[in-house]
Amino acid sequence: MSGPALLSIEDVAVELPTARGNLRAVDHVDLALGPGQTLGIVGESGCGKTMLSRAILQLLPKKAKLSGRVIFDGQDLVRLKAEALRKLRARSIAVVFQDPMTSLNPVLTIGTQLIETLQEHLALDVAAARRRGVELLAAVGIPAPEQRLNQYPHQLSGGMRQRVAIAIALSCEPKLLIADEPTTALDVTIQAQILDLLAREQRRRHMAMILITHDLGVVAGRTDEVAVMYAGRVVERAPTRALFKNMQMPYTAALLAAIPKIDAAPHTPLAAIPGRPPDPTRPLKGCSFAPRCRYVSDQCLRGKPALTSAEAEGHSYACFHPLTIAAGVSA
Amino acid sequence: MMHGNATTAARDPLLKVDNLVVEYPIGTRTIHAVSDVSLAISRGETLGLVGESGCGKSTLGRAVLQLRRATSGRVLFDGENLTALQGDALRKMRPRMQLIFQDPIASLNPRRRIGDIVAEPLLIAGYKDAKKRQELVNEVLSAVGLDPAAVVSRLPHEFSGGQCQRICIARALVLNPEFIICDEPVSALDVSIRAQILNLLEEMKQRFGLTLLFIAHDLAVVKAVSDRVAVMYLGRLCEVGPSAQLFDTPAHPYTALLIEAIPVPDPEVRPAERVAVGEPPSPMAPPSGCRFRTRCPRADARCAAEVPELRSVAAGQYVACHHPLI
Repeated sequence: MSGPALLSIEDVAVELPTARGNLRAVDHVDLALGPGQTLGIVGESGCGKTMLSRAILQLLPKKAKLSGRVIFDGQDLVRLKAEALRKLRARSIAVVFQDPMTSLNPVLTIGTQLIETLQEHLALDVAAARRRGVELLAAVGIPAPEQRLNQYPHQLSGGMRQRVAIAIALSCEPKLLIADEPTTALDVTIQAQILDLLAREQRRRHMAMILITHDLGVVAGRTDEVAVMYAGRVVERAPTRALFKNMQMPYTAALLAAIPKIDAAPHTPLAAIPGRPPDPTRPLKGCSFAPRCRYVSDQCLRGKPALTSAEAEGHSYACFHPLTIAAGVSA
Repeated sequence: MMHGNATTAARDPLLKVDNLVVEYPIGTRTIHAVSDVSLAISRGETLGLVGESGCGKSTLGRAVLQLRRATSGRVLFDGENLTALQGDALRKMRPRMQLIFQDPIASLNPRRRIGDIVAEPLLIAGYKDAKKRQELVNEVLSAVGLDPAAVVSRLPHEFSGGQCQRICIARALVLNPEFIICDEPVSALDVSIRAQILNLLEEMKQRFGLTLLFIAHDLAVVKAVSDRVAVMYLGRLCEVGPSAQLFDTPAHPYTALLIEAIPVPDPEVRPAERVAVGEPPSPMAPPSGCRFRTRCPRADARCAAEVPELRSVAAGQYVACHHPLI
């Protein structure tokens, strides 16, 4: 990333009190994102990717304990007053969630939800907000937008609902869009359409985007940089091409290897990762991936590897036995 | 369907579906969930069934098991016409056919212990000897990679999604069935766990000599486990063929679009330029002729007028299209 960052996340940690003890959802994460850039955050359920996005938005559960700094456009959001934060969330940072059925209000029409946003944040009168709403729905590829304004969410398909959610997110021209698994609930042909839509609108508006997903396939073609999360930590981070060309963290490589490949012959056994992620209420002393890692050594069990930079520019990883070296040893 | 039997040319079919139609009345209207589908699965084969939400793939699976009765058509299991069976006669067939669902946590009763959950099919099938039941339960739990001593007295909430799916697989296997329908068995699981469960299903298939109908929306997942693949769109079969062949040379434009829409985990591969336009129409009012024509780049007047019949385009590959790609 070159130039000043639009967003910089510094040493962010999130703890949630649970009946079984404190759950460390996000474990000291540092990330940065430039204007107009796309950052992919990849990880499995419970790795902390959604909690991290909520920490950026300051939308954490009430009991959560947040530490660190979230600098957006020169302001530390963690220290911002509620009213200023509300304005900022509306105008500058928008979010698209996984399930468009639950993020839209089922008892209000599409028009009410969209026009309300425009009136509130852009101070438009009803007629102007309505015109703007129709333009936005057309821009996100909704046919017959005039009629759609009078419909309720349940009258639209999942793909159309997600387009509406995107239209609302884009309505105030945000500088940053956080898309949290925006296509996971959608069919594959619709997924491609929605990802294309997001990419197109992003280019057109020179908007930065954080694309959160469990699917390495989704980030591969559509991000500038990728951060891989495991058990609350960023375990590898690199420009997208560099990451796929030269994975260093065994978890990243194992995650990629576990995906069924469309060009593999039928009945090819998959490279499954044994075991499962550690219990987040019982943090391990060593590397969180160590119990499942094929390159594990005593060192991995004794202490956590820090996220350190590789020789390649912008590539960092948290591993004592990065693959280029581990492979050399095992060969 | 005249050429329907072509797809059923499978050797030694364990399951044969002939001209199956399933329609649901909704008020005064009708949902055409499955329309005139014919297919066959050979003994020991895995047939993958792919399609997007609402295409009727789950309904087809349920109609095969007679959990939902077909409006018309026949389902032959090992030569026996299931659609004609009632009551006890049907119940006698049930142990031979099992089902694994998408959401493993929701398909286990949260208040029952794992040992009881897995033993339930044995009780229903009339295994009276408690010791024998326990023996079979322990055997099948070990087979799916769980330690019987450690799990039988625990409750479902103590297990992760992947482990719950192992328990569901154990429950499906405990009666030693010949045929299992897996309905999206891995779509609720994380990538690293998904591979474990897919490998387990393959292993169980070999070990227990199973025949599988594997229903999923993810083409790469389906290809990984299937000998042949059937593609469904809005209640009708578009294409059937051997897995590798179907993915290398798809004949139906819908199959081709599905394949292109898969995100490839390689930044050097640009995302597909040609994605399917629009969304599937409502199964309450399917388009005339070919049901895919409203989204198809090749559609013409003939596609609106005539329903394309499934016909052979290559060895073992059948397509229902007026303008196939091969």
